[in-house]
Amino acid sequence: MLHYIARRFALSLVTLFVLSLLIFFLGQVLPGNVGRFLLGPDADQQAVEMLNHQLGLDRPLLVQYGTWIWRFVQGDMGESYVYRTPVVAFVSQALLHSLKLAAVAFLIVVPLGIMGGIIAALKVNRPLDRIISLGGLTATVLPEFVTAILLILIFGIWLRWLPISAAWPDGAGALGQLHYLILPAMPLVLVLFGYIARMARAGMIEALDSDYTRTAVLKGLPWRLVIWRHVLRNGLLPTIAVVATQTGYLVGGLLIVETLFRYQGIGSLIFNAARGRDFPMLEASVMVIGVTYAVATLLADLLYSFLNPRIRMVSSR
Amino acid sequence: MKGATIVLSARRQDVLASLFRSSPFLIGLIIVAFWVICALFGSHIVPYDPYAEDILNALTPPSIEHWFGSDQLGRDIFSRVIVGSRDILTVAPLATILAICVGTVLGLLTGYFRGIVDDLISRLIEAKMAIPSIIIALLAITALGTSKMTVVIIIGLSFGTVVARTVRSAVLSERDLEYVAAAKLRRESAVHIMFIEILPNILSPILVESTVRLGYAIFAVATLSFIGFGLQPPSPDWGLAISTNYAMVSGGYWWTVLFDALAIASLVIGVNLIADGLHGALDD
Amino acid sequence: MGRSMTEPALCLNHLSVAYRSGGRDRAVLRDISLKIAPGEAYGLVGESGCGKSTVALTVVRYLPRNGKVTGGSVALDGADVMRLGPEALRDLRAKKVSMVYQDPGRALNPSLKVGRQLVEVFEAVGVPPAEREPRALETLKKVRITDPGSVMQRYPHQLSGGMQQRVLIAMALASDPAMLILDEPTTGLDATVQADVLDLITDLRRELGASILFISHNLAVVAQMCDRVGVLYAGMLVEEGRTREILASPRHPYTVALLRCLPRGAQQKDVGRLDTIPGFLPTPGALMSGCPFAERCALADDRCRTEVPELRESGDRLVRCHYPERAADVPRSTPADVAVPKPAGVGAPVLRASNLSKTYGQGGGAIRVVADVSLSLLPGETLGLVGESGSGKTTLARMLLGLVPPDPGGLIELDGKALAASLDRRRDEEVKAMQIIFQNPDSALNRSHTVGHIIGRALRRLGGLRGADLDSRLDTLVAAVRLAPRYLALRPRQLSGGLKQRVAIARSFAGDPRVVVCDEPTSALDVSVQAAILNLLAELQAARAVSYIFISHDLGVVRYLSDRIAVLYLGRIIEIGPSERLFEGPNHPYTEALLSAVPNIEGAQNARIRLSGEIPSAANPPRGCVFQNRCPRKLGAICETSDPPLAEAEPGHLISCHIYEQQFLGAAEIQGQRRRTHDRKAEGV
Repeated sequence: MLHYIARRFALSLVTLFVLSLLIFFLGQVLPGNVGRFLLGPDADQQAVEMLNHQLGLDRPLLVQYGTWIWRFVQGDMGESYVYRTPVVAFVSQALLHSLKLAAVAFLIVVPLGIMGGIIAALKVNRPLDRIISLGGLTATVLPEFVTAILLILIFGIWLRWLPISAAWPDGAGALGQLHYLILPAMPLVLVLFGYIARMARAGMIEALDSDYTRTAVLKGLPWRLVIWRHVLRNGLLPTIAVVATQTGYLVGGLLIVETLFRYQGIGSLIFNAARGRDFPMLEASVMVIGVTYAVATLLADLLYSFLNPRIRMVSSR
Repeated sequence: MKGATIVLSARRQDVLASLFRSSPFLIGLIIVAFWVICALFGSHIVPYDPYAEDILNALTPPSIEHWFGSDQLGRDIFSRVIVGSRDILTVAPLATILAICVGTVLGLLTGYFRGIVDDLISRLIEAKMAIPSIIIALLAITALGTSKMTVVIIIGLSFGTVVARTVRSAVLSERDLEYVAAAKLRRESAVHIMFIEILPNILSPILVESTVRLGYAIFAVATLSFIGFGLQPPSPDWGLAISTNYAMVSGGYWWTVLFDALAIASLVIGVNLIADGLHGALDD
Repeated sequence: MGRSMTEPALCLNHLSVAYRSGGRDRAVLRDISLKIAPGEAYGLVGESGCGKSTVALTVVRYLPRNGKVTGGSVALDGADVMRLGPEALRDLRAKKVSMVYQDPGRALNPSLKVGRQLVEVFEAVGVPPAEREPRALETLKKVRITDPGSVMQRYPHQLSGGMQQRVLIAMALASDPAMLILDEPTTGLDATVQADVLDLITDLRRELGASILFISHNLAVVAQMCDRVGVLYAGMLVEEGRTREILASPRHPYTVALLRCLPRGAQQKDVGRLDTIPGFLPTPGALMSGCPFAERCALADDRCRTEVPELRESGDRLVRCHYPERAADVPRSTPADVAVPKPAGVGAPVLRASNLSKTYGQGGGAIRVVADVSLSLLPGETLGLVGESGSGKTTLARMLLGLVPPDPGGLIELDGKALAASLDRRRDEEVKAMQIIFQNPDSALNRSHTVGHIIGRALRRLGGLRGADLDSRLDTLVAAVRLAPRYLALRPRQLSGGLKQRVAIARSFAGDPRVVVCDEPTSALDVSVQAAILNLLAELQAARAVSYIFISHDLGVVRYLSDRIAVLYLGRIIEIGPSERLFEGPNHPYTEALLSAVPNIEGAQNARIRLSGEIPSAANPPRGCVFQNRCPRKLGAICETSDPPLAEAEPGHLISCHIYEQQFLGAAEIQGQRRRTHDRKAEGV
């Protein structure tokens, strides 16, 4: 088990390393002279070079990468080109906001999706299953901005039940904040619902059709116990493993939702940084997402292996 | 697609019969066919020129003259929605084809040869999975500028890695089957084994994957247009229309976004119903 | 147990079952009636697709979602199973009937400890919580599991297949059921493990007095285990009676033909052909207007094709045939006395391997799958490779072919010339000279290609043929493996298992190979198909003087085809010698155990030599002789310290055992001591 954790952890680090290379060099491909871009077309050439020197942009790429990653590991994410203040403050603030939104979405969708999948599997090929499966498929494939627009029109404009901006007034309590977060969370919930329900349904059906379920039924165990002890545990294992990997998707969704609802999260931070070519900000926020993703998948894998004795016992897969 | 015909000829009756018994598949087919016709012939059948501005009739609600109302430049929204399928139905399929080609070759190579190349590419794909495609596209388009070609290439390459994963895992389950060993004992070349022996056997997952990817390509193109990194004005593209008009929603001009949103929804759902139907029929 | 002796434990009354697929009901069981008396063991035999397992699932009312009972009834211990309410059904399953399945690894929940799963049985029966665990331990002891306490704490994947099956048997017996259903309980287990499990069932039967429904495709196993037997064909019971009588004098043409397909006793390829059954097994659910066997039966007339025969009493048994009295005279469909010249078996070896080893993994975790194997193969000779799972026989074959490179130090020679270790570096003629027939034709044939393409491509690459030459060679080759030309346009999935294997055989003979490795070529096939494939292999060998390396776990099959046999244990050859000598003895103690483990179709129980423990892992083989920790004839310290060399016990018969090494006296004396092994007949189905 320890061996497995170590191996898995090392793999995450390798992935993160590759990711950092990817981000850094993708950033380098972005055209243009940063100094020129920041100072505008009328600025003096000398001033531009001076600024580039200050920013360290005239040093060899590898040195730049090394400095960047070394500082990043120590928690120094550099300084924003646009605001001329440390990026760290922006990123951590935005991350906190986004985590709040993501948490609301996850807390709604995980139980809902799993329940949906279980019910569909138990009623496989009956009308209820059809409704959940097709409904889930539909919800999953719609772009977030489309569902967001439809939700805004219905709940924000026509029914006026929920605010159409996520920016809650200062001093709003937890419940008050939640009121503002429900509508923005819904598009994320819809996309994830279909995905999770689908996984759960497939896993449950496989477990229901398995030989060990047959053994349990033919032992004479009550159906309720068969489901509870034998089917659920094996059937939901794959779902648990993939839920966390959805953080990767989630950030993409956040980018759209946060822009639409004017919410100051990591998504809108990236969006604005990309528009304003604020590379330190951009690189830092994308890297932070990568780290979040790596941590989430690592935790999911550990949880999975903890629940699955075959991995827990054998050190490698 | 040639691959599709090969798959179908082997089990044509079974697959087709079960496809045409499935009503979701048929509904999807009808929806997609409708939008393809609109993309091809839309400009000839719409009541107004979708680009014609008519400031005097700006922002009129739906009526007999303007079924879906008009936008702030007075353009007829119905005509724009019908014609709006054209760009997305060019860009998304092209991106998908690119993704399938790149992904299939990459998946075959990594799955068949394994070893260090496989490890390296797998790490790269894994790393890429950590950042959402939309952000990669955002970065790349910032670098390369917005054009239809850029969007096709960015989405094609980005989805190519996902296709490669699917193809690779399909190849992994084939490469240890004995028919591959038998081919080696005939001294077949690696290229022959990959493309003549293995590829025909993994066409089903590739076919399913390509329809699923098409759905996501439409998703991605629409989203990119919506955030201003995809199709550019004055294209009547749906995502772009929502992007320009959604600020007015709070002012009560709901018709400027509703119909475009429904159009995207119907197309994406249609494609995915087809994908789902294929998946069910080809998955024994 | 208070059951009335007159009431049967299980009674099927005109039972019919259908599966719905492709929009229509397909009948899988047709009008089956049978009774099993309390305490009786009833065997149900039949080939694949005949509906054996459906019978079992119907009895416990666990048909798949698309299955339904279309007629008749099932009475279990007096209760009408189909009419029970949910609670009564649950109670019946908990207390009256238990089932043991084919694939024990999948029948246990992978994420729960064995103990927990066993305790549940007592929970279902209603045993108070405090008593459950002690009773579970007790049951494990009953199925002869040593150290039951630690087994309870383990997960299923940590147990061997044999252990898993014991646990399942323990679970089945825990509630002391009136009826025990065993559905292919030993299929997929190794010979010695199978014998252990069968012994266990026999012993438990004496203790418990449960009725048994034993379902198997293996006639010899049923012969050993059951009092009465029913033969299923295409969902119909075609013959039923006392096991010994049916096997000795079958009355249904199908049973007659089936028994003739089995290679028996000393029957060998150069003496005579096996009989075969023409045609194919009907697909499940096929519509039929007359007797289901009519189109494959040499006796069939118009009445057979139009009128379904009733299951009628005929002397001491029930037969579903219009002409049961004529069945014994069914003409053979393959003449028995095809004269095949015994291959010369002289001259220089065509293939010679020396000191082949294969080690996987590196550092501390090295697993030596094949250890220092040397062998040689004469032209036109068949060398049988016998061994249980993990013995390294398939790896050895793949090394010879170049598909797996051996560890450095090993040498493979073809016609006296050294071969490169890896296939890529062998010359074209060398690759061409050695081909293989795989176990499973489904994965060995590319399912996207037509039969014509598969064989044609092999002729082009291996035979170097083009155009008209290729076409004419294709016709000859296809005819040689008895494939009708119309199959050339079909794809493998449109062919039956036997036809697929013929395609694979044709492919491997495309380049006129010197050596063909046959890796369990018939173990995925039904008995009636197996015979035809074995005949074909024997004919091809006689016609083309090709040498075979024939791998199989079925000693009867190996004996039929092989001139010499090598026995592998943990990657080592522990005995090698002429076929008849190997079956006569003297033998390595492991070979003795293996031979004694094979169930005998005549029903006579061999003196079983039981092995203690399980096959050790190749990662951690015992010191000294690899067999010493399980050997019933272990000499003492010498076995633990030194690995015995292969020594000649008789001319051409080598045994790796200290017993023979020390005694290396005359073979006659050894034979005298080992007389009791002589009358052993090794046959499997």
